[in-house]
Amino acid sequence: MKHRYLPLTENDKQSMLKTIGVESIDELFSDIPENVRFSGEYNIKPAKSEPALMKELSRMAGKNADLKTYSSFLGAGVYDHYIPVIVDHVISRSEFYTAYTPYQPEISQGELQAIFEFQTMICELTGMEVANSSMYDGPTALAEAAMLSAGQTKRKKVLISATVHPEAKEVVKTYAKGQYIEVVEVPYKDGVTDLEALADLTDSSVAAVIVQYPNFFGRIEPMVELEKIAHDQKSLFVVSSNPLALGALTPPGRFGADIVVGDAQPFGIPAAFGGPHCGYFAVTSKLMRKTPGRLVGQSKDDEGRRGFVLTLQAREQHIRRDKATSNICSNQALNALAASVAMTALGKNGVKEMAVANIQKAHYAKKAFKAHGFEIVFEGSSFNEFIVKMNRPVKAINEELLSKGIIGGYDLGRDYPELDHHMLIAVTEQRTKEEIDTFVQELGDCHA
Amino acid sequence: MHKEDMPLIFEISSPGRIGYSLPEMDVPEIDIAELLPKGYLREEEAELPEVSELDIMRHYTALSKRNHGVDSGFYPLGSCTMKYNPKINENVARYNGFAHIHPLQDESSVQGALELMYDLQQHLIEITGMDEVTLQPAAGAHGEWTGLMMIRAFHEANGDTGRTKVIVPDSAHGTNPASATVAGFDTITVKSNEQGLVDLDDLKRVVGPDTAALMLTNPNTLGLFEENIVEMAEIVHGAGGKLYYDGANLNAVLSKARPGDMGFDVVHLNLHKTFTGPHGGGGPGSGPVGVKSDLVPFLPKPIVTKRGESYLFDYDRPQSIGRVKPFYGNFGINVRAYTYIRSMGPDGLKAVTENAVLNANYMMRRLAEYYDLPFDKHCKHEFVLSGKRQKKLGVRTLDIAKRLLDFGYHPPTIYFPLNVEECIMVEPTETESKETLDEFIDAMIQIAKEAEENPEIVQEAPHTTVIGRVDEATAARKPILRYQKV
Repeated sequence: MKHRYLPLTENDKQSMLKTIGVESIDELFSDIPENVRFSGEYNIKPAKSEPALMKELSRMAGKNADLKTYSSFLGAGVYDHYIPVIVDHVISRSEFYTAYTPYQPEISQGELQAIFEFQTMICELTGMEVANSSMYDGPTALAEAAMLSAGQTKRKKVLISATVHPEAKEVVKTYAKGQYIEVVEVPYKDGVTDLEALADLTDSSVAAVIVQYPNFFGRIEPMVELEKIAHDQKSLFVVSSNPLALGALTPPGRFGADIVVGDAQPFGIPAAFGGPHCGYFAVTSKLMRKTPGRLVGQSKDDEGRRGFVLTLQAREQHIRRDKATSNICSNQALNALAASVAMTALGKNGVKEMAVANIQKAHYAKKAFKAHGFEIVFEGSSFNEFIVKMNRPVKAINEELLSKGIIGGYDLGRDYPELDHHMLIAVTEQRTKEEIDTFVQELGDCHA
Repeated sequence: MHKEDMPLIFEISSPGRIGYSLPEMDVPEIDIAELLPKGYLREEEAELPEVSELDIMRHYTALSKRNHGVDSGFYPLGSCTMKYNPKINENVARYNGFAHIHPLQDESSVQGALELMYDLQQHLIEITGMDEVTLQPAAGAHGEWTGLMMIRAFHEANGDTGRTKVIVPDSAHGTNPASATVAGFDTITVKSNEQGLVDLDDLKRVVGPDTAALMLTNPNTLGLFEENIVEMAEIVHGAGGKLYYDGANLNAVLSKARPGDMGFDVVHLNLHKTFTGPHGGGGPGSGPVGVKSDLVPFLPKPIVTKRGESYLFDYDRPQSIGRVKPFYGNFGINVRAYTYIRSMGPDGLKAVTENAVLNANYMMRRLAEYYDLPFDKHCKHEFVLSGKRQKKLGVRTLDIAKRLLDFGYHPPTIYFPLNVEECIMVEPTETESKETLDEFIDAMIQIAKEAEENPEIVQEAPHTTVIGRVDEATAARKPILRYQKV
């Protein structure tokens, strides 16, 4: 058969077989025992030409309601943000996307330097001293933070606030089971972590107090009080943060966080049905040598020129094998590059301006809902999300909204039975005043 | 800074310069200090770069020129399957209906995405010979850990709680023992024999009532097919353990042997290797896991299913190990892999493996005269050489790798697997032409001759790259992991 990805011609094959000293390609597979050899071909769909396949897949994509066409108020961990057009142009340079992990520094300086710059930007935003080259996503980064805490403190219990993203809590619990770590959930009160309950639960057996800032309900957690409770018992203070919010909010590092993780999706990474996104992992310098994943360091070559390398590799699985504390190998390098380009394009001013725009637009929307007679639940300072109470199931409302070109908010009843009929609404800088007004109007009609 | 240093983005920053164009601020603005609690408004700004759009493009273009990818040149990095990354994949993954959909949208509004996931699952079930597949794991190592967690849940559900050990061969990828540790198991190593295959007597010695699973790559990391796989499966299953297939080397056996038929109970695939999701400089990948029917109840939730003509997520899985990742996996990479499989079809996938194995054997035979060949038999998609002969001349495998950079090649994997001295592990893949292989072979032959006649040129390589060998010891002793303004 001929295929555009397969360059060997019949002549090539004959001359290669001769060099090898065999009659046929089949002979090269003679070491596969007969009883496990697969004969024939897979029962899968036949190959399609490039144009026919593009047409079919374009039609398949067309069945989905996309964020470019619809007006979306859905967040809950994944957001529709401004992606500078330049981002895709940079990550489409195939010297980046067709490379593997930069194990050969002399021909990988581009990738290594880009990661070094990413690490610096994450440190700047979080207020931490060290950041790694990326993790799969925010929730798995949070699970790694829980495991690091248990290893560091030699304690086997972590406390996780009920206001942490529900799917992140689930991922933490799955990882914790592997490591025999107990996960205890701390209830919320008025939309933030219940400080009294937390103080009662925190004792010298707790490895980490895990919170989200801003939290899953969009609220700003009481960081000063949380830090004190955690550190009073020498537990680590672990914070999951939307890095965009940190353009406007005091960074977790300033509040004494030991580990800060999250997802860089708000910076230049499309929603893509939930992945690939880009986890980040930042720590104090004290925890540097316990950090999972790859780290890029600066050094010099034999002529004194600045050069970058993967460093402190003694932490990693390919060196430590079963003594490694994390098994991560592949990460999300290309998305870390996308995030770097977006953070660079936004820059010092733009990150702040975009973060503030989220607060302003969400605040405007909140006021508009109130003016329409809706109840805002857990009212108080928030970033770009807030909760509105509905008088019927959110799922039904969202189905009606879809027919009007709107993707409604998140159905909190899915994870919090007491919040049935409550919608978590996200308003990013992307939503215009007109879209917000229409949304409030339509919900008012649904509500009536 | 050295005069030849490439500036960091922070070093070309100029206060007041911008590179963005945010949406208009069309709602009434309120003093931001009034909207946040006291002490929560950021005072010190994050020191991010201030550059124009052209500054950004020039910076990253310059960085890309200091980077070698598959599109730049041959990349025979063993066990990494650095094949061509088709461009149609990139276009399809960027369709609005795939790139710009939210994971929490109502199922009725993402039927196309669910259809793709479901059909990809069906294709992977057929390719692996398993009964069900989850697309949730983000990468190979993540898939390994997911598979091991399922094996643990399976044994626990049977009240079989004494199975605390996972057996891995001494030639295994480092992620295997690390994943076993993270899943709460102890690791036992089983030795390889003189033929480079798992030593059956040693396997019988280590297997027992405490065996949870044996993890195996087949063909193994030496590029050799484990011919005794049926006996191995009998030994492990006979002791009540499960058999785990590390799919890193699946490119060697497409349409030739399926893990499910070989007796494996769990398999992970690296869609970024065999199925051309690009490596991206280290990720993102995708590591779906397939299982046999007795492990299906333990799969992470949700799973995509089909009822009538509609697709939906099945969350009702009481024995599931839970979530291993938010949402449904690295969907964007899965779209690329699906596009690739549909571009190849059954006959195309068969040709992939045949050409990959032909390329590897051809290179191995031509190089055997110049480098030591520790295992003299047909290889599969990759093979290992040993630089022992050159080491005696004072030229190490590391030097050979660095010298290859001068010829414009990414070197093979070196010093892995650990059970071969001065190891050089070569994986050409099927997308390389005979001409490319011949040029690379000529370079390797020249280096072998240089090692005899002029070893300094190899020992001091590379000579043509933008920087020379980097001082890695200092980097680790006094780590500088971020830029600090001076």
